[in-house]
Amino acid sequence: MKKNAKILVFSTEKISDPAIDMAGLLKLHYPPTVYTITVPCSSGIKPSWILHAYEKGFDGVFIAADGSDCVFGESCTEKTGNVVSITHDKMKGTGIDPARLRMAAICSVCSESFVKQIRSFNDYLIKTLHA
Amino acid sequence: MKERIGVYICHCGGNISDYVDVERVRQAVENDRGVVLAKTTVFACSDSNQNDMVDDIKKHNLDGVIVASCSPKLHLATFRSVTERGDLNKYTYVHTNIREQASWAHSDDKIGATEKAILLVKAAIAKSRYAEPLYPNQFEAEKTIAVIGAGISGMKAAVSLSDKNTSVILIEKENKVGGHTATWGPLAMSDEKGSDLSHRIYSDLLQRDNVTVLTGSEVISSKGSIGNFTLKVRKRAQQAGDPVETMEFNVGSVVVATGFDPYLPKAGEFGFSSYENVITLPDFKHLIDSFSGKYLEYRGKRINRIAYIYCVGSRQVDGENRYCSRYCCTSVIHAAIQAKKKFKEIYNFHFNRGIRTYGKQELLYAESLQQGDIYLQSFEDAPPQVYAENGKTKVKIKDVLTKEKELEIEADLVVLVTGMVPRADNSIGTMFKLPKGRDKFFNEVHMKLRPVETVIDGITIAGTCQGPKNIVESVNSALSAAAKSYSYISKGMLETEPIVAEVNTDLCAWCGKCAEACPFDAIGQKDVNGKQVAVINNSVCKGCGMCAPVCPPDAINLINYSSEEIMSMIEQLAGG
Repeated sequence: MKKNAKILVFSTEKISDPAIDMAGLLKLHYPPTVYTITVPCSSGIKPSWILHAYEKGFDGVFIAADGSDCVFGESCTEKTGNVVSITHDKMKGTGIDPARLRMAAICSVCSESFVKQIRSFNDYLIKTLHA
Repeated sequence: MKERIGVYICHCGGNISDYVDVERVRQAVENDRGVVLAKTTVFACSDSNQNDMVDDIKKHNLDGVIVASCSPKLHLATFRSVTERGDLNKYTYVHTNIREQASWAHSDDKIGATEKAILLVKAAIAKSRYAEPLYPNQFEAEKTIAVIGAGISGMKAAVSLSDKNTSVILIEKENKVGGHTATWGPLAMSDEKGSDLSHRIYSDLLQRDNVTVLTGSEVISSKGSIGNFTLKVRKRAQQAGDPVETMEFNVGSVVVATGFDPYLPKAGEFGFSSYENVITLPDFKHLIDSFSGKYLEYRGKRINRIAYIYCVGSRQVDGENRYCSRYCCTSVIHAAIQAKKKFKEIYNFHFNRGIRTYGKQELLYAESLQQGDIYLQSFEDAPPQVYAENGKTKVKIKDVLTKEKELEIEADLVVLVTGMVPRADNSIGTMFKLPKGRDKFFNEVHMKLRPVETVIDGITIAGTCQGPKNIVESVNSALSAAAKSYSYISKGMLETEPIVAEVNTDLCAWCGKCAEACPFDAIGQKDVNGKQVAVINNSVCKGCGMCAPVCPPDAINLINYSSEEIMSMIEQLAGG
């Protein structure tokens, strides 16, 4: 049985990236099959990128969203939610379990929260895809 | 498309190479498409390596450069500058983080960390292939700087900025300047009164034409970003009947110097609020500064025997404040010396967890020992106990210095040596979205390399809002923050990243969804060859990308984050 799922994280330069960096600084371990792509704002992630990740073999995609801390404004939360919602619909249409896409607001110091979320997501993906 | 890419993989001393096999990473990418040079280096950021990179760019005619090292927060600017020295456009440089996000995050799994590092570098190569020369947008920066908080740090930052011929707005919430320092008597090491020191700096500030001091004033909102912040400040009515004033200031940078709160012990903590003769260190300092007479008295009772309990609210094993507050050992020993000098028949008993009078402050500890103060020590798992017996307050300790002998002292006064905690009022931090560290004080970008900068461009932090400091350290930090804030705006012009949205007019059929999604009104509509399409106002676009996912024909991309780039990175991270 696989121990680690392959997870793509979309994080944001100003908010969640510092938290993910700090998780490393604090040696808060999470699976090494978790890879991060940085974008300016989580509301700018295209559903097509997420679907491409599944197509290429990623087990899960995690959006480390800006939440209310977004430097580009408060509408980020709602717009990132819309991205997730649209992608969920497309996933359902192509037979992909929508739970393979998760989103959580990760603030710039939410290192522990990030690691907790990723570990839990990893457990879910292992259980549902690789058990 | 880049065809001559140079890749540098950093050991970071051993920070990376202790966990990631950097040579294996190098071998795994050296034959990737477009890579003509792949090297490992002990410290990529060292001067010698930077010079080698410049030589390599010219010698190998590189058209793209990648460094796999620490977080881009630390060295993206460094390596962009190296790229420019090699006569390449700095935006052709791509950085990838294999320290915080590989070697350190997976120090428990060296093989996993190495495999991850390989894929991260391959993804960076994929991104680099698309990296085109870009030119930053330049704009005029406001040459005024705001300093929030007029304690010792804020005032010294204002003086320093004023010396640089910059206009300064010094904003203080309280009606008086000087913060905690202004309320203190003789200070450790110099014996100058805190009130005199504050007054001296404030008098200097008042002489300066380029400094505006606003007391009783709060910053209530901030708009804009580095170079052009608009701060709204509310000044309270100074006298009954005065109106509340609201003012706006345009500033280029902000120094945050909002200070600390003293730790307030919980009810019952070491007898606090249970026994009336248990007080905090700030209260004790005020007592000895203000009381005159041969003998010290507190609440009408003579004080001879004083027990000092250290590390109250600091170095907590189970509590939230695990940090050392740095100033308290020195401050209490200085206060104990002052008490003994000023009043007759004072006997000092220090219940400590190890004395931290570092540097020159050790002289005070020596003086305290010479004057006969008694030091008793315990570990964190067996703190001293404060209790009452027959109407007397007593302190008991298992003293590790005498093989854990149980010793008991009858005390006329118990002083809880309380440390510093972050301000309860976090309105400034919330407003600027300043990240906090585990200690809940404001966090710098890097404690050694960028110690006063925050992740919010244009905002620096000074003094104890960043963590416990004594006055010397606070002033050092304030001068550093002032210099950094000044450096942002000193040229009068600033650059912004040229990351803006771009529209593929062939695909666009103007539906208006992008304009609706844009929070900055940066998208308009124009006619191109008889067809209505979206147009981006580059000077207004902030590069958030909110317009891109809502475009039905996928006609909008953010420069540097196009679908092609991101998807090629995903392919590499998925394992090629």
